[in-house]
Amino acid sequence: MAPTALQEKLNGLVNSMFAEGLLDEQFQQLQMLQDGSNPGFVAEVVTLFCEDSERILAELTKLMDQAVVDYSKVDAYVHQLKGSSSSVGAQNVKLACIQFRQFCEDNNKEGCMRALNVVKHEYYHLRSKFETMLHLENRIQAYETKQQS
Amino acid sequence: MAVAAETQFHVLAVDDSRLDRMLIERLLKTSSYQVTTVDSGSKALQILGLQDDQTNSPSVSSDQHDTEVNLIITDYCMPEMTGYDLLKKIKESSSLKDIPVVIMSSENVPSRIHRCLEEGAEEFFLKPVQLSDMNRLKPHILKGKYKELHQQQVLQNSSITGSNHNSNKRKAMDDEISPEMSKTKTHKQPDSTVIPYITSFSFLTSFE
Repeated sequence: MAPTALQEKLNGLVNSMFAEGLLDEQFQQLQMLQDGSNPGFVAEVVTLFCEDSERILAELTKLMDQAVVDYSKVDAYVHQLKGSSSSVGAQNVKLACIQFRQFCEDNNKEGCMRALNVVKHEYYHLRSKFETMLHLENRIQAYETKQQS
Repeated sequence: MAVAAETQFHVLAVDDSRLDRMLIERLLKTSSYQVTTVDSGSKALQILGLQDDQTNSPSVSSDQHDTEVNLIITDYCMPEMTGYDLLKKIKESSSLKDIPVVIMSSENVPSRIHRCLEEGAEEFFLKPVQLSDMNRLKPHILKGKYKELHQQQVLQNSSITGSNHNSNKRKAMDDEISPEMSKTKTHKQPDSTVIPYITSFSFLTSFE
Protein backbone atom coordinates (compact mmCIF):
# COMPACT_ATOMS: atom_id res chain seq x y z
CA MET A 1 0.00 0.00 0.00
CA ALA A 2 1.29 3.48 -0.81
CA PRO A 3 2.51 5.52 2.18
CA THR A 4 -0.19 8.17 1.82
CA ALA A 5 -2.83 5.47 1.92
CA LEU A 6 -1.11 3.99 4.99
CA GLN A 7 -1.05 7.38 6.65
CA GLU A 8 -4.72 7.89 5.88
CA LYS A 9 -5.49 4.52 7.38
CA LEU A 10 -3.52 5.40 10.52
CA ASN A 11 -5.22 8.77 10.86
CA GLY A 12 -8.60 7.13 10.39
CA LEU A 13 -7.84 4.57 13.08
CA VAL A 14 -6.66 7.15 15.59
CA ASN A 15 -9.65 9.41 14.86
CA SER A 16 -12.06 6.54 15.43
CA MET A 17 -10.34 5.76 18.72
CA PHE A 18 -10.92 9.34 19.82
CA ALA A 19 -14.51 9.21 18.64
CA GLU A 20 -15.19 5.98 20.52
CA GLY A 21 -13.75 7.40 23.74
CA LEU A 22 -10.87 4.92 23.76
CA LEU A 23 -8.48 7.87 23.72
CA ASP A 24 -8.73 11.36 25.12
CA GLU A 25 -6.81 14.60 24.60
CA GLN A 26 -3.87 13.36 26.64
CA PHE A 27 -3.00 11.11 23.70
CA GLN A 28 -2.80 14.22 21.54
CA GLN A 29 -0.26 15.59 24.02
CA LEU A 30 1.85 12.49 23.41
CA GLN A 31 1.56 12.97 19.66
CA MET A 32 2.76 16.55 20.09
CA LEU A 33 5.86 15.31 21.90
CA GLN A 34 6.80 13.08 18.98
CA ASP A 35 8.91 14.72 16.34
CA GLY A 36 11.86 14.16 14.04
CA SER A 37 14.28 13.83 16.92
CA ASN A 38 11.98 11.43 18.76
CA PRO A 39 10.08 9.52 16.09
CA GLY A 40 9.40 6.53 18.34
CA PHE A 41 8.06 8.34 21.39
CA VAL A 42 4.40 7.36 21.07
CA ALA A 43 5.33 3.75 20.32
CA GLU A 44 7.62 3.67 23.36
CA VAL A 45 4.99 5.05 25.69
CA VAL A 46 2.24 2.80 24.32
CA THR A 47 4.47 -0.26 24.62
CA LEU A 48 5.41 0.59 28.19
CA PHE A 49 1.75 1.18 29.04
CA CYS A 50 0.83 -2.25 27.72
CA GLU A 51 3.63 -3.97 29.65
CA ASP A 52 2.70 -2.18 32.87
CA SER A 53 -1.01 -2.86 32.42
CA GLU A 54 -0.59 -6.57 31.84
CA ARG A 55 1.64 -6.89 34.86
CA ILE A 56 -0.94 -5.08 36.99
CA LEU A 57 -3.88 -7.06 35.62
CA ALA A 58 -2.07 -10.31 36.43
CA GLU A 59 -1.49 -9.12 40.01
CA LEU A 60 -5.09 -8.02 40.35
CA THR A 61 -6.36 -11.38 39.13
CA LYS A 62 -4.24 -13.13 41.75
CA LEU A 63 -5.40 -10.80 44.52
CA MET A 64 -9.08 -11.15 43.63
CA ASP A 65 -8.66 -14.94 43.64
CA GLN A 66 -7.85 -14.97 47.34
CA ALA A 67 -10.48 -16.18 49.78
CA VAL A 68 -10.03 -12.98 51.74
CA VAL A 69 -9.35 -10.05 49.48
CA ASP A 70 -6.79 -7.45 50.56
CA TYR A 71 -8.61 -4.37 49.29
CA SER A 72 -5.81 -1.94 50.09
CA LYS A 73 -3.42 -3.90 47.89
CA VAL A 74 -6.03 -4.14 45.15
CA ASP A 75 -6.68 -0.41 45.40
CA ALA A 76 -2.96 0.37 45.20
CA TYR A 77 -2.66 -1.53 41.92
CA VAL A 78 -5.82 -0.01 40.47
CA HIS A 79 -4.49 3.42 41.44
CA GLN A 80 -1.31 2.65 39.49
CA LEU A 81 -3.24 1.51 36.46
CA LYS A 82 -5.50 4.54 36.64
CA GLY A 83 -2.40 6.74 36.72
CA SER A 84 -0.72 5.19 33.72
CA SER A 85 -3.92 5.04 31.67
CA SER A 86 -4.46 8.70 32.47
CA SER A 87 -0.91 9.57 31.40
CA VAL A 88 -1.33 7.75 28.10
CA GLY A 89 -4.81 9.07 27.35
CA ALA A 90 -6.49 5.67 27.65
CA GLN A 91 -9.85 7.14 28.64
CA ASN A 92 -12.08 4.05 28.88
CA VAL A 93 -9.49 2.13 30.86
CA LYS A 94 -9.12 5.09 33.21
CA LEU A 95 -12.87 5.37 33.73
CA ALA A 96 -13.11 1.64 34.42
CA CYS A 97 -10.36 2.02 37.04
CA ILE A 98 -12.24 4.84 38.73
CA GLN A 99 -15.30 2.58 39.04
CA PHE A 100 -13.12 -0.23 40.32
CA ARG A 101 -11.67 1.96 43.09
CA GLN A 102 -15.18 2.80 44.24
CA PHE A 103 -15.92 -0.90 44.76
CA CYS A 104 -12.60 -1.30 46.59
CA GLU A 105 -13.54 1.50 48.92
CA ASP A 106 -16.82 -0.29 49.68
CA ASN A 107 -14.99 -3.64 50.08
CA ASN A 108 -17.49 -5.00 47.60
CA LYS A 109 -16.03 -8.28 46.33
CA GLU A 110 -18.58 -8.93 43.62
CA GLY A 111 -18.39 -5.35 42.44
CA CYS A 112 -14.61 -5.62 42.29
CA MET A 113 -14.73 -8.84 40.30
CA ARG A 114 -17.06 -7.27 37.77
CA ALA A 115 -14.99 -4.10 37.66
CA LEU A 116 -11.83 -6.11 37.02
CA ASN A 117 -13.53 -7.79 34.07
CA VAL A 118 -14.56 -4.42 32.67
CA VAL A 119 -11.02 -3.09 33.03
CA LYS A 120 -9.64 -6.17 31.28
CA HIS A 121 -12.19 -5.88 28.50
CA GLU A 122 -11.41 -2.20 27.93
CA TYR A 123 -7.68 -2.78 28.10
CA TYR A 124 -7.58 -5.65 25.60
CA HIS A 125 -9.87 -3.78 23.23
CA LEU A 126 -7.50 -0.82 23.37
CA ARG A 127 -4.44 -3.01 23.05
CA SER A 128 -5.59 -4.54 19.79
CA LYS A 129 -6.15 -1.05 18.35
CA PHE A 130 -2.73 0.05 19.60
CA GLU A 131 -1.18 -2.99 17.91
CA THR A 132 -2.73 -2.02 14.59
CA MET A 133 -1.62 1.58 15.13
CA LEU A 134 1.99 0.65 15.82
CA HIS A 135 2.01 -1.78 12.92
CA LEU A 136 0.87 0.97 10.55
CA GLU A 137 3.42 3.41 12.02
CA ASN A 138 6.20 0.89 11.50
CA ARG A 139 5.22 0.35 7.89
CA ILE A 140 5.12 4.07 7.23
CA GLN A 141 8.47 4.65 8.91
CA ALA A 142 10.02 1.68 7.07
CA TYR A 143 8.89 3.19 3.82
CA GLU A 144 10.29 6.61 4.77
CA THR A 145 13.62 5.09 5.81
CA LYS A 146 13.81 3.25 2.50
CA GLN A 147 13.13 6.48 0.64
CA GLN A 148 16.01 8.21 2.42
CA SER A 149 18.59 5.51 1.66
CA MET B 1 33.48 36.21 28.29
CA ALA B 2 29.94 36.19 26.97
CA VAL B 3 27.27 33.94 28.36
CA ALA B 4 26.01 31.29 25.92
CA ALA B 5 22.70 32.33 24.42
CA GLU B 6 20.97 29.13 25.50
CA THR B 7 21.83 28.33 29.12
CA GLN B 8 20.21 25.10 30.15
CA PHE B 9 18.63 24.71 33.54
CA HIS B 10 18.71 21.33 35.24
CA VAL B 11 15.54 19.74 36.57
CA LEU B 12 15.45 16.70 38.85
CA ALA B 13 12.23 14.71 38.31
CA VAL B 14 11.07 12.18 40.88
CA ASP B 15 8.35 9.61 40.13
CA ASP B 16 7.96 5.93 40.95
CA SER B 17 6.05 5.27 37.71
CA ARG B 18 8.34 4.44 34.79
CA LEU B 19 5.76 5.65 32.30
CA ASP B 20 5.38 8.98 34.05
CA ARG B 21 9.15 9.37 34.23
CA MET B 22 9.32 8.84 30.48
CA LEU B 23 6.64 11.43 29.97
CA ILE B 24 8.04 14.10 32.27
CA GLU B 25 11.51 13.62 30.80
CA ARG B 26 10.20 14.21 27.28
CA LEU B 27 8.15 17.21 28.42
CA LEU B 28 11.16 18.78 30.10
CA LYS B 29 13.61 18.04 27.29
CA THR B 30 11.17 19.43 24.72
CA SER B 31 11.15 22.58 26.83
CA SER B 32 14.96 22.74 26.71
CA TYR B 33 15.70 21.59 30.23
CA GLN B 34 18.48 19.26 31.18
CA VAL B 35 16.82 16.36 33.03
CA THR B 36 17.70 13.76 35.62
CA THR B 37 14.96 11.30 36.60
CA VAL B 38 14.89 9.09 39.69
CA ASP B 39 12.31 6.66 40.96
CA SER B 40 12.26 7.54 44.66
CA GLY B 41 12.64 10.31 47.20
CA SER B 42 15.67 8.66 48.76
CA LYS B 43 17.45 8.50 45.40
CA ALA B 44 16.59 12.16 44.87
CA LEU B 45 18.19 13.04 48.20
CA GLN B 46 21.29 11.07 47.19
CA ILE B 47 21.61 13.03 43.97
CA LEU B 48 21.17 16.24 45.93
CA GLY B 49 23.99 15.21 48.22
CA LEU B 50 21.79 14.59 51.22
CA GLN B 51 21.13 11.18 52.70
CA ASP B 52 18.02 10.34 54.73
CA ASP B 53 19.91 10.77 57.96
CA GLN B 54 21.16 14.19 56.88
CA THR B 55 24.80 13.13 56.74
CA ASN B 56 26.74 13.09 53.49
CA SER B 57 28.09 9.74 52.41
CA PRO B 58 31.76 9.75 51.40
CA SER B 59 30.89 8.96 47.79
CA VAL B 60 28.38 11.75 47.36
CA SER B 61 29.76 15.13 48.29
CA SER B 62 27.44 18.11 48.36
CA ASP B 63 30.24 20.37 47.23
CA GLN B 64 30.89 18.41 44.11
CA HIS B 65 27.63 18.00 42.25
CA ASP B 66 28.20 17.05 38.68
CA THR B 67 25.45 19.47 37.82
CA GLU B 68 23.55 21.89 39.95
CA VAL B 69 19.82 21.24 40.29
CA ASN B 70 17.68 24.28 39.54
CA LEU B 71 14.26 22.78 40.21
CA ILE B 72 12.80 19.59 41.64
CA ILE B 73 9.53 18.22 40.33
CA THR B 74 8.14 15.29 42.26
CA ASP B 75 5.14 13.01 42.30
CA TYR B 76 3.14 13.09 45.53
CA CYS B 77 2.10 9.42 45.85
CA MET B 78 5.21 7.33 46.16
CA PRO B 79 5.93 4.33 48.37
CA GLU B 80 8.23 4.81 51.40
CA MET B 81 8.84 8.52 50.92
CA THR B 82 6.01 10.64 49.56
CA GLY B 83 6.58 13.82 47.59
CA TYR B 84 5.50 15.70 50.68
CA ASP B 85 8.13 13.94 52.82
CA LEU B 86 10.75 14.76 50.21
CA LEU B 87 9.63 18.38 50.13
CA LYS B 88 9.95 18.62 53.90
CA LYS B 89 13.47 17.19 53.90
CA ILE B 90 14.52 19.62 51.19
CA LYS B 91 13.09 22.61 53.04
CA GLU B 92 14.76 21.49 56.26
CA SER B 93 18.17 21.39 54.60
CA SER B 94 20.16 24.60 54.69
CA SER B 95 21.92 23.71 51.44
CA LEU B 96 18.80 22.71 49.53
CA LYS B 97 15.95 24.81 50.87
CA ASP B 98 16.15 27.43 48.16
CA ILE B 99 15.75 24.97 45.31
CA PRO B 100 12.18 25.39 44.04
CA VAL B 101 10.00 22.29 44.39
CA VAL B 102 6.90 21.49 42.34
CA ILE B 103 4.55 18.67 43.35
CA MET B 104 2.56 16.55 40.88
CA SER B 105 -0.47 14.44 41.70
CA SER B 106 -3.16 12.56 39.85
CA GLU B 107 -5.62 13.45 42.59
CA ASN B 108 -7.15 16.84 43.16
CA VAL B 109 -7.30 16.90 46.96
CA PRO B 110 -7.48 20.52 48.20
CA SER B 111 -6.13 19.69 51.68
CA ARG B 112 -3.18 17.90 50.10
CA ILE B 113 -2.46 20.81 47.79
CA HIS B 114 -2.72 23.28 50.64
CA ARG B 115 -0.40 21.25 52.85
CA CYS B 116 2.26 21.13 50.14
CA LEU B 117 2.07 24.82 49.40
CA GLU B 118 2.25 25.59 53.13
CA GLU B 119 5.38 23.46 53.38
CA GLY B 120 7.03 25.55 50.66
CA ALA B 121 6.17 23.91 47.35
CA GLU B 122 6.08 26.51 44.61
CA GLU B 123 3.26 24.92 42.75
CA PHE B 124 1.04 21.89 42.42
CA PHE B 125 0.52 20.27 39.00
CA LEU B 126 -2.43 18.00 38.37
CA LYS B 127 -1.48 14.92 36.36
CA PRO B 128 -1.28 14.23 33.54
CA VAL B 129 1.24 17.02 33.23
CA GLN B 130 1.10 18.81 29.89
CA LEU B 131 3.43 20.84 27.71
CA SER B 132 1.70 24.06 28.73
CA ASP B 133 2.57 23.31 32.38
CA MET B 134 6.27 23.51 31.47
CA ASN B 135 5.89 27.25 30.95
CA ARG B 136 5.06 27.61 34.63
CA LEU B 137 8.46 26.33 35.76
CA LYS B 138 10.80 29.09 34.66
CA PRO B 139 9.56 31.84 37.00
CA HIS B 140 10.26 29.53 39.96
CA ILE B 141 13.74 28.68 38.69
CA LEU B 142 14.55 32.34 38.19
CA LYS B 143 13.26 33.18 41.65
CA GLY B 144 15.60 30.51 43.02
CA LYS B 145 18.47 32.05 41.06
CA TYR B 146 17.73 35.51 42.47
CA LYS B 147 17.84 34.07 45.97
CA GLU B 148 21.16 32.37 45.23
CA LEU B 149 22.68 35.53 43.76
CA HIS B 150 21.43 37.60 46.66
CA GLN B 151 23.06 35.21 49.10
CA GLN B 152 26.32 35.37 47.16
CA GLN B 153 26.20 39.14 47.37
CA VAL B 154 25.61 38.97 51.10
CA LEU B 155 28.50 36.54 51.51
CA GLN B 156 30.76 38.72 49.43
CA ASN B 157 29.85 41.88 51.28
CA SER B 158 30.50 40.31 54.65
CA SER B 159 33.76 38.54 53.78
CA ILE B 160 35.66 41.11 51.71
CA THR B 161 38.51 42.50 53.80
CA GLY B 162 41.55 44.69 53.13
CA SER B 163 43.97 43.48 50.48
CA ASN B 164 41.76 40.66 49.26
CA HIS B 165 39.19 43.11 48.07
CA ASN B 166 40.93 44.64 45.06
CA SER B 167 42.45 41.47 43.69
CA ASN B 168 39.10 39.66 43.84
CA LYS B 169 37.39 42.51 42.12
CA ARG B 170 39.96 42.65 39.31
CA LYS B 171 39.81 38.90 38.84
CA ALA B 172 36.05 38.58 38.84
CA MET B 173 35.12 41.84 37.12
CA ASP B 174 34.85 40.43 33.62
CA ASP B 175 32.92 37.37 34.63
CA GLU B 176 29.22 37.16 33.97
CA ILE B 177 27.11 34.80 35.96
CA SER B 178 25.75 31.69 34.31
CA PRO B 179 24.22 28.71 36.10
CA GLU B 180 27.31 26.61 35.33
CA MET B 181 29.74 29.26 36.43
CA SER B 182 28.00 30.02 39.65
CA LYS B 183 28.15 26.34 40.48
CA THR B 184 31.89 26.09 39.98
CA LYS B 185 32.75 29.31 41.70
CA THR B 186 30.79 29.08 44.87
CA HIS B 187 32.36 26.00 46.36
CA LYS B 188 32.97 26.64 49.99
CA GLN B 189 36.67 27.42 50.31
CA PRO B 190 37.99 27.90 53.78
CA ASP B 191 40.71 30.51 53.20
CA SER B 192 40.51 32.36 49.92
CA THR B 193 37.28 34.12 49.18
CA VAL B 194 37.05 34.17 45.44
CA ILE B 195 33.42 35.04 45.01
CA PRO B 196 32.26 36.27 41.64
CA TYR B 197 31.38 39.90 41.62
CA ILE B 198 28.02 40.15 39.96
CA THR B 199 28.46 42.51 37.04
CA SER B 200 25.45 41.62 34.99
CA PHE B 201 22.23 39.72 35.03
CA SER B 202 22.36 39.05 31.32
CA PHE B 203 21.67 35.37 31.75
CA LEU B 204 18.26 36.28 33.09
CA THR B 205 17.30 38.24 30.01
CA SER B 206 18.41 35.61 27.52
CA PHE B 207 15.04 33.90 27.90
CA GLU B 208 11.73 35.22 26.66
